[in-house]
Amino acid sequence: MFDVDVWQEIFSTIKKNKLRTFLTGFSVAWGIFMLMILLGSGNGLQNGVKEQFADNSVNIMWMWTGETSMPYHGLKEGRPIKFKNDDYTFLKEKSEDLELVSSRFYLPGSIMYTYKNEYGSFETSSCHPALKEMEKVNIVAGRFINDLDMTDFRKVIVIGDNIKKALFKDEDPMGKYIKLNNVPFKVVGVAFDKKRQNERTAYIPVTTAQRIFNGADRVHSFAVTTKMVKTAEEADAITEKVRQQMAQRHNFDPADKRAMGSFNMLAEYIRTMKIFQAIKIFVWIIGIGTLIAGIVGVSNIMLILVKERTREIGIRKALGASPASVIGLVLLESILITTVAGYIGLLFGVSIMEGINLAIEQMLATGGGDGMFFRNPTVDFTTAIASTLILIVSGALAGYLPARKAANVKPIEALRDEN
Amino acid sequence: MIQINNLHKSYVMGSNSLHVLKGLDLDIDEGEFVSIMGSSGSGKSTLLNILGILDDYDEGSYYLGGKLMQGLNETKAAMTRNEMIGFIFQSFNLISFKNAVENVALPLYYQKVSRKKRNLIALEYLDRLGLKEWAHHLPSEMSGGQKQRVAIARALISKPKIILADEPTGALDTTTSFEVMDILKEINDEGKTVIIVTHEHDIAAMTKKIIRLKDGVIEEVIKNGDLQLFKDRVRTE
Repeated sequence: MFDVDVWQEIFSTIKKNKLRTFLTGFSVAWGIFMLMILLGSGNGLQNGVKEQFADNSVNIMWMWTGETSMPYHGLKEGRPIKFKNDDYTFLKEKSEDLELVSSRFYLPGSIMYTYKNEYGSFETSSCHPALKEMEKVNIVAGRFINDLDMTDFRKVIVIGDNIKKALFKDEDPMGKYIKLNNVPFKVVGVAFDKKRQNERTAYIPVTTAQRIFNGADRVHSFAVTTKMVKTAEEADAITEKVRQQMAQRHNFDPADKRAMGSFNMLAEYIRTMKIFQAIKIFVWIIGIGTLIAGIVGVSNIMLILVKERTREIGIRKALGASPASVIGLVLLESILITTVAGYIGLLFGVSIMEGINLAIEQMLATGGGDGMFFRNPTVDFTTAIASTLILIVSGALAGYLPARKAANVKPIEALRDEN
Repeated sequence: MIQINNLHKSYVMGSNSLHVLKGLDLDIDEGEFVSIMGSSGSGKSTLLNILGILDDYDEGSYYLGGKLMQGLNETKAAMTRNEMIGFIFQSFNLISFKNAVENVALPLYYQKVSRKKRNLIALEYLDRLGLKEWAHHLPSEMSGGQKQRVAIARALISKPKIILADEPTGALDTTTSFEVMDILKEINDEGKTVIIVTHEHDIAAMTKKIIRLKDGVIEEVIKNGDLQLFKDRVRTE
């Protein structure tokens, strides 16, 4: 079936009908082209949204406290709820659903940063070393807060790139002292994040913050990472469990959102990705619909071709061509047209999406494209392989009816067919 | 070589049924040179189609080379045609986009002979028919006589036992017709059974046996010895 002769026969018929072959192929190429563009765009949108989630670990969860809004166990509403350091210990050691934990103590009022003659007001984030991984803090010089800083209550600070620019200009900040409301902190690291360019955050150990700013063992909020789960329901269950544990420790109704607020990123992430799953299915349906139009076109042309070649098929049969060899001829031609045309469409589609990707990358590299909801709009290898398989199957489908018609050609009738 | 007993064949056309062959009996031995004659509607083309296993029959029996040809599936029929029968048609039926060698080699392609080998054999046959220089020409570049000679070469290449020719001279002028008949005679002299369907008396007169069909049965069989009589009769008709 795959010898040179068969191909020679197919190529000679294709060569005879260049325009027709081109037009037929075009409809298939267009179908695949559209499928690639749609899939690529879907991917781009999905990657863009993923990128937005990528500021933090995807499984991060925040918890903060407020005042109770529901009466609970005879206690009336309006009670303030306060996290303490032992809550940190509990979350870190007793909660099997959580992995990393970092507590935060909000510094009172606005903190004035001073270095020599330069000063400014910046956001101060007190934290545990684990926050680096949880919020993906990108250290460009020095180091982040470490365990020794925590236990020794060291007055060290990691400053954001913007703070460095504001206070130090071109000077090297490492090892220098910044005053936070007149308390000197030694700069041990500089953080820089392309996406957080506008953020003006500095990090200090939470233990130091509590001691210096009269926090005692008060904690305002927690950032934790949950274990990775597959479904939004499982993620919600973790949130619920942690809420219940904290509610029990602090005597409030677990359903009371005002007493303790929480946000589980993983649940949101899974829900968002589910939407994209649906979009993807939708895109496939549209794409395959377009492809079907192409297949019908190919099938149609092949039918005409078989009709035109009835006499030739009749001659071949009279000379000893088996039905199988006739079917093979038509089927292979159909598969060849769809596969080659489809592949061209695939290449075009993928090239355009790669081109768009390149443009986006360049825009990002030059600092533009902030908040871009479109990233890496390309189609992965598996999809390309799947599409190729679909093409071959399509070609076979398109060729099936015409091939059957050809196989049923009666030599006598074909030879009588005077044209 | 060919034994036909009580052959019936009818064609169904809508609600009408056309009974074409009505219990035909025919014996053709190996090496015979036979022409089948008859006016249109006499069933001669139908008989040829059945002889060539291009069509099935309703009743009776047809033995080709001792084997019953009935209810064969398409693949088997194709194989039998390929091995046993060489076809020559009125309208040549060459494949237009193939050159002479490729056309002649086609039956060997279906015998899975390698390309190189079958083209070599095809060239030999073309040479025998005096068409060596035309080997790489397309049918559209050849005259009717040349095309029919290519078709004859194609019919011969698979070394069949029988050559079936359907009005082989129908599209040719008299001179070329006689040339083609001479070739067929030569083929017959080499021992092949040749069967020609024709309505031309002078062509039929060149064969060794004439079978005249009328209304689906054999009206008369004119053998070698009686041919002169037949020729005279034709002249007076």
